[in-house]
Amino acid sequence: MSIADEELAEQVVKIKAPSRGRVVARRFFTMRQGQLGFALLALMFLLAFAGPHFTHWTYTDKDFAAFLRPPSAEHYWGTLQTGADVFAVTLRGMQKSLIVGLLVAVVATTLAAVVGAFAGYFLGWTDRVLMWVVDLLLVLPSFLILAIMSPLFAGGAWVLFVIMLALFLWMITSKVVRGMTVSLKEREFISAARYMGVPAPTIIFRHVIPNMSSLLVVDATLNVSSAILTETTLSYFGFGIQPPDVSLGSLIADGSKTAVFAPWTFWFAAGLLILTVLSVNLIGDSLRDAFDPTSKRGS
Amino acid sequence: MSDPVLQVADLDVRFGDVRAVRGVGYEVRAGEVLGIVGESGSGKSVTALAVMGLLPPHARVTGSVRLRGTEILGAKEKTLTAFRGRTISMVFQDPLSALTPVYRVGDQIAEAVRVHQKVTAEQAMVRAVELLDLVGIPNPGQRARAFPHEFSGGMRQRAVIAMAVANDPDVIICDEPTTALDVTIQAQVLDVLKKAQKETGAAIVMITHDLGVVAGFADRVLVMYAGRAVEVGQVDDIYYRPRMPYTMGLLGSVPRLDAGGRRPLVPIEGNPPSPAELPPGCPFTPRCPMAIEACAEAEPPLEPVNGPGHLAACIRAEEIARENLSPAEVYDVAGEVRGRHAATPEPAAEPAAGPAVRAAPTPREGREVVLSVADLVKHYPLTKGAVFRRRVGTVHAVDGITFDIRRGETLGLVGESGCGKTTTLTEILELTKPQRGTIAVLGRDVAALGARDRTALRRDMQVVFQDPLASLDPRMTVYDILAEPLRTQGRRDAGTRVRELLDLVGLDPGHAARYPQDFSGGQRQRIGIARALALEPKLVLLDEPVSALDVSIQAGVVNLLEDLRRRLGLSYLFVAHDLAVVRHLADRVAVMYLGRIAEIGDVERVYGAPMHPYTQALLSAIPLPDPVKERSRRRILLEGDLPSPAHPPSGCRFRTRCPKFKALTDGERVRCVEVEPEVRPLDVDQGVACHYAEKLEVV
Ligand code: SF4
Ligand code: SF4
Repeated sequence: MSIADEELAEQVVKIKAPSRGRVVARRFFTMRQGQLGFALLALMFLLAFAGPHFTHWTYTDKDFAAFLRPPSAEHYWGTLQTGADVFAVTLRGMQKSLIVGLLVAVVATTLAAVVGAFAGYFLGWTDRVLMWVVDLLLVLPSFLILAIMSPLFAGGAWVLFVIMLALFLWMITSKVVRGMTVSLKEREFISAARYMGVPAPTIIFRHVIPNMSSLLVVDATLNVSSAILTETTLSYFGFGIQPPDVSLGSLIADGSKTAVFAPWTFWFAAGLLILTVLSVNLIGDSLRDAFDPTSKRGS
Repeated sequence: MSDPVLQVADLDVRFGDVRAVRGVGYEVRAGEVLGIVGESGSGKSVTALAVMGLLPPHARVTGSVRLRGTEILGAKEKTLTAFRGRTISMVFQDPLSALTPVYRVGDQIAEAVRVHQKVTAEQAMVRAVELLDLVGIPNPGQRARAFPHEFSGGMRQRAVIAMAVANDPDVIICDEPTTALDVTIQAQVLDVLKKAQKETGAAIVMITHDLGVVAGFADRVLVMYAGRAVEVGQVDDIYYRPRMPYTMGLLGSVPRLDAGGRRPLVPIEGNPPSPAELPPGCPFTPRCPMAIEACAEAEPPLEPVNGPGHLAACIRAEEIARENLSPAEVYDVAGEVRGRHAATPEPAAEPAAGPAVRAAPTPREGREVVLSVADLVKHYPLTKGAVFRRRVGTVHAVDGITFDIRRGETLGLVGESGCGKTTTLTEILELTKPQRGTIAVLGRDVAALGARDRTALRRDMQVVFQDPLASLDPRMTVYDILAEPLRTQGRRDAGTRVRELLDLVGLDPGHAARYPQDFSGGQRQRIGIARALALEPKLVLLDEPVSALDVSIQAGVVNLLEDLRRRLGLSYLFVAHDLAVVRHLADRVAVMYLGRIAEIGDVERVYGAPMHPYTQALLSAIPLPDPVKERSRRRILLEGDLPSPAHPPSGCRFRTRCPKFKALTDGERVRCVEVEPEVRPLDVDQGVACHYAEKLEVV
């Protein structure tokens, strides 16, 4: 083996790294914002799922000796009017909201990206059928349908709830994506891939969608907030997550009534909601920059 | 000698901390033409805008600009307006930006007249029509009532020139006036400029990147690099006795239309420095083959070398003058090419077919046909209306063309915009059954291909696009870009191959993690070429691969393409509008006009003695970077513009502009009007589609 060969072998090892996934991940984690957002969100998850083990109260328990008490050693974050432990119910609500919010955002944005990109790339019949579905969903009164379906969610069928929420969030984005795809399709790098023999679906997932990542990341970030808020609204009206289960939304709705004289009933839930949305936004921001090679940050 | 009409001294332009122009000075006298040449980013256009006072307000301009002795830099807007148009006027690259789309062309010119002269509207209009006539617009009276969008590019530029000379200015500044135009139109416009200059006796400052345009037009030349003038002198001094290595490099890197054989071009290594981070000392130091330590110490001033009129900014200029070094000596072309080959490991691809192709040429007939196109037709429907699309005609983009490419051979497909060369390329790339005719790649008729065969065939046929930035996915790393074809065709060992490829095209394999936008234009095109070569294709289609690059960079890519073809035994279909580059790269050339092939054959024959009147006009329209030749050349000027491909003329498509047709008797003309000429072989490997073809030397 000559020196050149050794060098070559060394290079090969080094060259393994620079595929897109790795570069994006590296850029993401070198950003202060990205680290912060990721740490914050991880902390939220940790709190939501590990936290309940640190108290013997569960979210269904009621302490009949303590109604509407401020935080104490017994009840870390105080109690509600019903005697429920704020710490336990808030964390339970967080679990639900985190899962619902993130899942809805991911599902809705993915759906928007895929449907929009396929419609815009193939045009013709594919486009007509897909856009017809989009238009149909746009005119359906989403709130009403969710309200009517709410009894179905009661039996712990929150997966169905996630799907339904997502189903009403993706249409506008998919129209935007479709428009962008139509113009992206004219770009030479798409032709280049086509002339290379890359199959159309691969082109869509490899070239079209990544080139809209800025839009999609922003959209997903907004979707997290709007999913949590929609869920909150639904809960406020008594739909959505059904008692005895709780969500941050239903907690905030209840807590707002007692917020003035018993702030702990409201502020822990509200604060956690704000922190969650903040961390998601930080991650979204950094992710967008990490995807975008023209961004100077993180490189 | 008369006093200079325009004097620029110590002109400095800053945008924030970036010095775009650094101490440029020149003067022009009445009737004189000063050419300012430089590559993109050299500050040549900014200089012109600064002189005209047209820079945005955040630009800080210092120095002095005197127009007939009056300082106009920093003058009040009112004074400037009085000067602009009357004493000094400007012709831009993009004529559309100089014309207001909603006003008639005649009115705009009349307006320009009335701003500075006290005349009635009627008189101004009469003058406008006169001016349009002067710049050679047919039917000026009628055309004056047209809107700018109804004019073709060449006509618009003429209208802008008419506007520029409307008030008999003393100085006309032309900023790349012909860059956006086709060569035959460029020849027309340059001719008009010369005429306008004669008429008005104005001084012209001609800013361009094209050394050919300046050679025949300018009296003196100023070469700019990194915001500075690096060499100034009489045009002959600059072209025949350059004393600054950059000028030498620039001249050596231009492909020459008149150079037979294949002399490698002289590329200048590296890239122009960004104005934000100039190297210390002479800004050319990192790229200069003659650089010594002293170069990096201080920026050399512009000093006279052999004679007072010739200035160069190089500390070794004296030395170059004394020994009369030629560009080839300074750049040591052969050594550079040799050096690179030694450093590159010979790739595994078919060593037998590599160098052998050129060294001991198998006769053309004996070699395998890689691509054959027969009677290819592509028509587009022409539709109108946004809601209800009606078909109003047919665009005959490609109308029955036939050619073939043999192994190891390069066919140049040339023609002006709208001739159908790009459509031909796309048709071949699609690998689907054409509307009419046949396309066969490596002996396989594409009409009979199944989906799987088609994908397999794509491995053997690859493409390099014109704009390297647009053809590389901006969101992918270079590694992913190069690995894509490999993955698509199911190759596992992407890592090693990517390194090999980067090395093959002269890029640092360590840069694989970067994105395309981190590279310069020339490097990006190298990535595009590497991608095309990833699967070891047999045929590469090149779509104007160098036309987006500066000449010094272009030369490197041209050399690379030639080198790769020889080493890997590739065949190229090279689509281009630049005939000089084609002469350098191609073995055979096909000239297209309005969807048909006008002339096809061996490069040396077609360039040496073109037979089709269109080829003759096309070749004669291209300016040579050689002042003496350029002055003695006779141009065959074509009249008018390309007819619309929706309504091609009957019979011979070229007859509406054919100079030969005009010289024919009525009896002979009937054939041109009625019978469409087919390509007939008239000499050894030279076929011409003209009833009355005869040889003519034009280069
Ligand atoms: S001064 Fe030095 S680096 Fe600059 S052009 Fe002359 S020899 Fe080259
Ligand atoms: S066929 Fe007639 S019109 Fe056509 S190029 Fe020849 S001479 Fe000109």
